[in-house]
Amino acid sequence: MPDVLVLVDHDGERVHKSTYELLAAARRLGDPAAVLVGTPGTSARLKESLARHGATGVHAAESAEAGEFVGSLAVDALLLAVRTVSPAAVLVSATTDGKEVAGRLAARLDAGLLIDAVDLDSSGAVTQVVFGGSYTVRSEVSHGIPVIALRPGSFEPEEHPVEAVEHELVLPPIDPAGSARVIARRATPAGDRPELTEASVVVSGGRGVGGADGFEVVEELADALGGAVGASRAAVDAGYYPHQYQVGQTGKTVSPQLYIALGISGAIQHLAGMQTSRTIVAVNKDPDAPVFAVADYGVVGDLFSVAPQLTREVAARRGVA
Amino acid sequence: MNIVVLVKQVPDTAAARTLSETDHSLDRANTDLVLDEINERAAEEALTLKETTDAEVTVVSMGPDSALDAIRKVLAMGADRGIHIRDDRLQGADVVSTAKVLAAAVRTVADVDLVLAGNATTDGQASAVPAVVADLLGLPQLTHVRALALDAGRVRAERETESGQVTLEAPLPALVSVTEKINEPRYPSFKGIMAAKKKPVVTIGLDDLFPDADDTGFLVTRTRVLEAVPRPARVAGVRVTDDGSAGRQLAAHLIARKLL
Ligand SMILES: Cc1cc2nc3c(=O)[nH]c(=O)nc-3n(C[C@H](O)[C@H](O)[C@H](O)COP(=O)(O)OP(=O)(O)OC[C@H]3O[C@@H](n4cnc5c(N)ncnc54)[C@H](O)[C@@H]3O)c2cc1C
Repeated sequence: MPDVLVLVDHDGERVHKSTYELLAAARRLGDPAAVLVGTPGTSARLKESLARHGATGVHAAESAEAGEFVGSLAVDALLLAVRTVSPAAVLVSATTDGKEVAGRLAARLDAGLLIDAVDLDSSGAVTQVVFGGSYTVRSEVSHGIPVIALRPGSFEPEEHPVEAVEHELVLPPIDPAGSARVIARRATPAGDRPELTEASVVVSGGRGVGGADGFEVVEELADALGGAVGASRAAVDAGYYPHQYQVGQTGKTVSPQLYIALGISGAIQHLAGMQTSRTIVAVNKDPDAPVFAVADYGVVGDLFSVAPQLTREVAARRGVA
Repeated sequence: MNIVVLVKQVPDTAAARTLSETDHSLDRANTDLVLDEINERAAEEALTLKETTDAEVTVVSMGPDSALDAIRKVLAMGADRGIHIRDDRLQGADVVSTAKVLAAAVRTVADVDLVLAGNATTDGQASAVPAVVADLLGLPQLTHVRALALDAGRVRAERETESGQVTLEAPLPALVSVTEKINEPRYPSFKGIMAAKKKPVVTIGLDDLFPDADDTGFLVTRTRVLEAVPRPARVAGVRVTDDGSAGRQLAAHLIARKLL
């Protein structure tokens, strides 16, 4: 079986779930091998969990400077690993960083790049959903080693214990004139909520929520459902909720089992980010709001009475269950 | 200072976008084309810098004849000159080729200090072109930036992504891609629109950028679309008007659907 290289997303202590998804996807094409960039000691900490999810090899590039340069070391590490094993494909998570790494790697390899894939078959063809969910496209790479960025949440992580052989990657030195250095870092507090793009329930608030304080109603419902919080651009622009939670054309694309839109009108650019959700619920005062045209369940009403009532019902049910 | 801004013309997201049945490419005939709104903010950032640093701003766009409208708009906002890369052979260019062509066009501008771009365009979601252009040009990349400052030959930027915020610093020349949060773009004035008509725009093709493109078999794309299927439009489902019990009814509905 050919090797399939998977770039590991991690925080130094833990491998991110999206990486296990990549390892599961990679097994459709060959033997997954992990490529890891981290500070010294990272590979020793993460190797076991990677092997448990099917990584037959761990190509580790460890450097004290890991984390000081966005993406560059990952591109170098993948390139070196590609040269070593001639893989059938390279898989990365379609995060902001992952998409850039994938693009730069494809350019250096002069290889085909498939970004934001939601499925992958054993021939290497991928499925993508484009134009805000209006088309499903199947594509394949026609030149070079396929570089594929898979959307987080598209695959189920699978345990598949194997022995992982470790390989050291020695990276070329960083060129200071060609690199931007991270001089300060403010991590987004992860909190207890699931990551927006991976959550199976998303509760989003719009301008109708009326203010930052009003978002408590959205958060309480999300927490009762074990879901993530999203926001429309109007809510973000008005400063009700932070930018990284924006859903839509210029925000995140989400595709949960359940999407609840509170006080969101349903502009086409918002729908672009959520209309592939399995079930859509909308609460809006305006019976003519366009969001009702896509909602499986629409409530014409005030979100400040409907959402808390739903929250209490959910909490009561969870309490009993 | 020399600033290059990369902009793209895209279908207006306010209207439905369709793919042509024959070659799965964007059906441009049936769409309104506009300057991409995030690119417009990249242009705004360049023009703000021009006011404080006395920069010359060159706007570069790759696309069919209509892309000239996007270039003219940025010229009307205040940019100095344009480069229009127009070549039928570039239709359907992938991320790698698009970046190669844009990087080659940037190289035609002497002594570039800063390349500005949008972090994404609304018609593709790859969000990778700026990073690849930086890589090809060997420039430091500061992408997904919501605040930017130049000082003494260095650039400092606030990058914001789902993994948090970082402050980046790099020497010039550098490439910066901005998010929609960076500024509010100005409207071109009537005077600006009139002046834009006289500003120089050079049109170049693949052969100008890659003289042996045909011999080397310049690849336009390294991927192939196997099929493109329109997804069925969603249909409206149950609708209730709240009489004081809609929250409870909704809970019952979700339970019945096994969503709770
Ligand atoms: C190029 C471009 C890209 C864009 N990208 C995005 C994007 O990524 N994401 C995005 O979301 N938007 C995007 N937009 C903006 C989009 O067009 C809309 O302006 C935006 O989605 C509106 O947000 P909203 O629904 O929260 O606000 P509004 O349209 O103001 O709607 C608020 C709704 O709340 C309802 N409401 C008010 N009070 C209550 C209450 N107490 N209870 C119940 N309902 C109430 C109102 O009836 C109204 O329908 C983009 C626009 C452009 C031009």
